[in-house]
Amino acid sequence: MASKVIHAVYNDDDILMHAVKKVRAAHHHIEEVYTPFPVHGLDKAMGLEDTRIAITSFMYGCLGLTVAIVMMNYIMIEDWPQDIGGKPSFSYLENMPAFVPIMFELTVFFAAHLMVITFYLRSRMWPFKKAENPDKRTTDDLFLMEIGIHDNEDDLKNLLLDTGAIEVKVTEKDE
Amino acid sequence: MYTFSNRLKITSYILMAVGAICLITGFLSAPSTVEEAKAIVASHDDGHGGGHGAEVGHGDSHTGDDTHGDEAVGHSASHDEHVLHQLQNRPWSALYVAAFFFFMISLGVLAFYAIQRAAQAGWSPLLFRVMEGITSYIVPGGIIVFVILVLSVLHMNHMFTWMDAEVVAHDELLQGKQGYLNPTFFLIRAAIFLGGWIAYRQYSRKLSLEQDKADDNSKFKLNFRISAAFLVFYLISESMMSWDWIMSLDPHWFSTLFGWYVFASMFVSGITVIALVTIYLKSKGLLPEVNNSHIHDLAKFMFGISIFWTYLWFSQFMLIWYANIPEEVTYFVTRIEDYKIPFFGMLVLNFIFPLLVLMNSDFKRVNWFVVMAGIIILFGHYMDVFNMVMPATVGDQWYLGVPEIGGILFFAGLFIFWVFNALTKEDLTPKRNPFIEESKHFHY
Repeated sequence: MASKVIHAVYNDDDILMHAVKKVRAAHHHIEEVYTPFPVHGLDKAMGLEDTRIAITSFMYGCLGLTVAIVMMNYIMIEDWPQDIGGKPSFSYLENMPAFVPIMFELTVFFAAHLMVITFYLRSRMWPFKKAENPDKRTTDDLFLMEIGIHDNEDDLKNLLLDTGAIEVKVTEKDE
Repeated sequence: MYTFSNRLKITSYILMAVGAICLITGFLSAPSTVEEAKAIVASHDDGHGGGHGAEVGHGDSHTGDDTHGDEAVGHSASHDEHVLHQLQNRPWSALYVAAFFFFMISLGVLAFYAIQRAAQAGWSPLLFRVMEGITSYIVPGGIIVFVILVLSVLHMNHMFTWMDAEVVAHDELLQGKQGYLNPTFFLIRAAIFLGGWIAYRQYSRKLSLEQDKADDNSKFKLNFRISAAFLVFYLISESMMSWDWIMSLDPHWFSTLFGWYVFASMFVSGITVIALVTIYLKSKGLLPEVNNSHIHDLAKFMFGISIFWTYLWFSQFMLIWYANIPEEVTYFVTRIEDYKIPFFGMLVLNFIFPLLVLMNSDFKRVNWFVVMAGIIILFGHYMDVFNMVMPATVGDQWYLGVPEIGGILFFAGLFIFWVFNALTKEDLTPKRNPFIEESKHFHY
C-alpha cells in the first residue's frame, strides 16, 4: 500500500535541528531524517528512544571473555598441557596472567564485531539490499526530513517552508 | 565567591587534631629496644598467622646480613634487630604514605590542569578555579614530603636503607648505584622537582587571574606555552621522583615503567578529587554553570584512567611474573606472601569496581554515584601507595592501625583546610578565558 509523505530538504544542519524541534512542537510525526553525516543531538531532538546497542556490546564482551577462557583452558591446560614461563603448574588460575592479553583481545574482538553486525541487522541493512534513501543528494550535502501526511498537506508545506526548507515536495511512498 | 563554611572548617580542624594525636601515639608506642619489639610481635602473632615463615624476598632489606655468616645465633640476633627497625619504621611509613598520597593528588591535578591548558580544551575552563584550588596544596604538601625526606637523610628513620653508609659498605649493588643514589644528590633532585612544580603552579595561577582583568588574550597564550613546557618537565621529573621517593625504598629492584605506573595512580586520584570538590561546591549552589555533562566527563576520566592504571600495573606485573628472574620477582613475592589482602584487594578496588560501576553512561551523571565511586577509588589508590611503600619499610609487620589511620585523617584535614581556603580567594568562574562560553554550553 502506498502512503503520501512530504519531503523537506535543508542545506544546513543547524537549520535542520531547529526545524525538527519546530515540527515536533507542532505535533507532526517525523518518520525519518536523512543526513550526509551524523548530526549531534538529532536523536534527542527527534525524540528517538535511547539506543540499546551498548547493552548488546556488554553481552558480546562477556561472551568473548568466556570464549577466551574456555579456549585457552582447552588448548594450553587440558588438551596439551604447557609449561608456561618455567612454572609447570598446569592450572588455569596460576597461569592466568599469561592469558590476560588473549582474554582482553577476544573480549574487544567479540564486542566490536558483533556490535557492528547487530547494528547493520537492526538497521535492516544487508548485502544486495536496495537503498531506502529517497534522495541521492542526502549522501552529498543535503538533509531531508520525511513526514507522513494525514489530510494536512498545505499546513505542513507552509510550516516547513517557514522553518527554512529549500525544497518541499509531496511523494508517494511504497510500504 | 565561595566562603569556607564553619562546619567544614571545624571538620578539617577535628580531622587534623585526631590525626595528629594518632600519629604521635604511633611514634610514642614504637619500640626502642629489641625486647619491646619482641613483645609487640608476640602480641600480634595471632592475627598474622606466623608471617615469619615467609622470609622469601626479604633480601632487599637484609643487605647487612651477609657479614653475619650462617651462624644460627648471629642470624637470630640480626633478625630481631631487623624487626625492631621495621617496627620503628612503621609510624614513619604511615606518615610518609599519607603525606605522599595527598601530595600526589594535588600533583595529579596539576598535570591534568596543564594538559587542559596545553590542549586548549573547551569543556573545562569552568573548572579551572577548582583545579587551581586543589593544586594550591602542592606547596604545603610538597614541603612536608621534603621535610620527611630530609629527616630520612638525617637517619631519623630507616625507610631508605641505601642512605645507611654501613649498609652500602657491605653491598656491591648499592655501591654501583652510589653515583645517583646518594643523600646529597637525592635532596638536590627533590628540591629541583618540587621547585619546578611549585613555580609552574604559582605562575600559571597568576597568569590565569591576570587574564580575567586583561583586555587581550596574551596572558592566556603565555599560559598555554608555559603549560606545554611544564608538561615536558613534569613527565621527566615525575618519573624520576617516583624512582627516588618510592622505588629506591627497594634499592635492588627496578622497573622501567614505574614512573608511568605512579603517574596513573596520581592522575586518577587527582581527577577523582576534582569531581568530588566540584560536586561539593555545586551542592552549595556554587558553580551554577557546571552541568551534568561536566560531571560526566570527569567520571569518564575516572573510568578511563582506572583502566589505564590497571594496564600499567599489569604490564609491570606480567613481565616480571613471566620472566621469573629472582632479583625482580622478589618484589611481587613479598607482596603476595605478606600483603595478600591489600595487594589483591587494591586490584579489585582500582579495577573491577570502577570497571563495573562506572561503565554505564547514565550513572556517570548521577552526583551521589560519582561521589561513592570516587571515595572508593581514592581509598584504593591509598592502598596502592601503601603497597608500594610498606613492604620495603616494615616488611611483614604491617597493620592498618592507629598511625596509618591517623596519617590519613591528619593529611585529609590539612588538605581540606588548605584547598577550600584557597577556593575562597577568588571568584569560582573565570571571566575572560576565551573558551569560557564553550565551557558554559558544553553538553553531551
